[in-house]
Amino acid sequence: MHSQAMFFKARAGEKAADRALQDKLGKAKSRFVAARAGAVADYAGDFEALREAGREIRDRALANLDVWLETFEERACARGARVMYARDGAEISRLVVDIARRHGVTKVAKSKSMLSEEAGLNAALTAAGIEPVETDLGEYILQIDGNEAPSHIIAPAFHKSKEEVAALFSRVHGKPLKDDISAMTLEARAVLREHFLSAGMGMTGGNFLIAETGSVALVTNEGNGRMVTTLPKVHVVVTGIEKVIPTLEDFATLMRLLPRSATGQSISNYVSVLTGVKDAAELDGPEHLYFILVDNGRVSLVGSEFEAMLRCIRCGACMNHCPVYQTVGGHAYGWVYPGPMGSVLTPLYTGIAQALDLPHASTLCNQCGVVCPVKIPLPELLRGLREKQVDLKLRPWRERLGLRAWGWLAQRPTLYGWAVRLGVRYLNWLADGSDRIRVPGPAPGWTLGRDLPAPQGRTFRELYAARNKREAKS
Amino acid sequence: MRVGLFVTCLVDAMRPSIGFAALKLLEGAGCEVVVPASQTCCGQPAFNSGDASVARSLARKLIGEFEGLDYVVIPSGSCGGMLKAHYPQLFRGDPDMLRRADALAARTFELTDFLVSVLALDAVPGDFAGTITYHDSCSGLRELGVKAQPRALLARMPGVVLTEMAASEECCGFGGTFATSFGDISAQIAERKCRNIQAAGADAVVLGDLGCMLNIEGKLRRLGDERTRVMHVAEVLGGED
Repeated sequence: MHSQAMFFKARAGEKAADRALQDKLGKAKSRFVAARAGAVADYAGDFEALREAGREIRDRALANLDVWLETFEERACARGARVMYARDGAEISRLVVDIARRHGVTKVAKSKSMLSEEAGLNAALTAAGIEPVETDLGEYILQIDGNEAPSHIIAPAFHKSKEEVAALFSRVHGKPLKDDISAMTLEARAVLREHFLSAGMGMTGGNFLIAETGSVALVTNEGNGRMVTTLPKVHVVVTGIEKVIPTLEDFATLMRLLPRSATGQSISNYVSVLTGVKDAAELDGPEHLYFILVDNGRVSLVGSEFEAMLRCIRCGACMNHCPVYQTVGGHAYGWVYPGPMGSVLTPLYTGIAQALDLPHASTLCNQCGVVCPVKIPLPELLRGLREKQVDLKLRPWRERLGLRAWGWLAQRPTLYGWAVRLGVRYLNWLADGSDRIRVPGPAPGWTLGRDLPAPQGRTFRELYAARNKREAKS
Repeated sequence: MRVGLFVTCLVDAMRPSIGFAALKLLEGAGCEVVVPASQTCCGQPAFNSGDASVARSLARKLIGEFEGLDYVVIPSGSCGGMLKAHYPQLFRGDPDMLRRADALAARTFELTDFLVSVLALDAVPGDFAGTITYHDSCSGLRELGVKAQPRALLARMPGVVLTEMAASEECCGFGGTFATSFGDISAQIAERKCRNIQAAGADAVVLGDLGCMLNIEGKLRRLGDERTRVMHVAEVLGGED
């Protein structure tokens, strides 16, 4: 997918002014945040210890990523699967189109996959004359609405209201307008059933790859993942190389974390561990199983200061809890991944110079860091990217000069004291006798949306020196 | 007990009464308070803007100014977090400075944390007649564990009724330079915070960080709210002179 992340500021500004969007985000957010808090409170064990266990598993896997990938490949192949590697999005698309052609496939039923977004796969399939059908309800809604991009990694249609979806369904399905969510779901279900039965190939992402068994684990709430992996003859899994974990035991631990962090469920409705092709004695399952394991920037993170980002298990908790995401929604971020994890991944995967605003689009409040199920220090990584921008001389010269001048001044207390006095006098002049500043002044970004309380008058430094003088006299 | 007071650059410039309130509280509790005259800024704006070298030079300066004292006390959670959590990070590659940064971090406290955890203060000079709702600033809460301490101190004042706002732990949208470089997003986040404050129906919102204070007070006033007072916890506890 082509990145629009360079335009974050302009897009985010538009979104920040969109009250209707914020109402929708607010409703969805309060559901997710309350659900997670409830699930954590109800958890019988120590949730903090569980987060630490999750971190340990992910770090253990990443420390020997090559070994676990080899183990995975060997075990998966022993069960009749084929394992392929893709360097980037273009290679993903080429491999998937090749597989589809080899099996004479004209329709692909897809379960949710963010890698497919990284690759822009639907466009590539369509261009090759193969019809992609999104079967995750949220993704389906976006696909029939002009192939809109997802705005959240687990709730792709997060930005849409029930009413908007009802109108869309009525228009696309040619049915009377419904206002009941379960009736709307049944309507989509009837459409999707036909696709499950007629697709020649099923495509999924993978929540985890389990090395010891060569399995892929899928965690969904709608059951579409089961349909696309059992009905079509061909199943293609596209997922990142970092998704591998050593054992089923590790999977069990991570499954205590993932649904609770994502949706506040103790377990998702459908948890599938799929191993190998259908053998002679089995009734369900694909005859052909392919794994496409993707780099697309991931390898460069291994062993780097940003390696912790590869722990991510894609729960979405960081964006659900992010005040910036809650204000602008997912589309403003401009590429595949929104919110704090996206603000780290987008520059790392698409180029630091291609996403200059994203690492700065955070108050560093660390709400993301404290809810992350695998303890990714997101504010530290965002700050690390800010440092990289400075090192690579990618920051505007005014900002650089300003910081240098401030640093220089702050090393010279006497001069600094006079400069602050001068600054305070200037702000008080702007306040024009009142207790607040409303004119743009030196920080228009501030005063556009709020007042700036005026300084009290004299600086602490002045007043304290005067006090000491008084005390010395008496 | 010699306590170094780091007033912070923002308090120095914008609201010195917070610094004097902190001074009054510490002196009232029997501390010998030292206010190094050469203090300026802890370096947080540079650190958060990615300029580690400027941040490091200011950190080195501050460590030199305060390391001879028994404690460093700061009326700010975010500057406190800078000293406690981030100075050691800045000197990861410099064992000598790291040792000094760690030693200082161990003796650095946010004001209310110091009053409760170190001084075990059981009476405060101030009082406030009315309802107070407390906003938990991000760094104080999530880097330093400041949550119960200010509430415990406010509860000591006979005239105060504490009431909790919804989502008191959510960010107010300040974020340092974020407030100006992403002003539109910042102001929106501030508006949600202010709506929660207003819904709590308190006479005053009290908090421990001047940055967040300026943001919240500025937004409340822009929303036309002239009634809700915005006060630093030190000012409330110290009482008005």
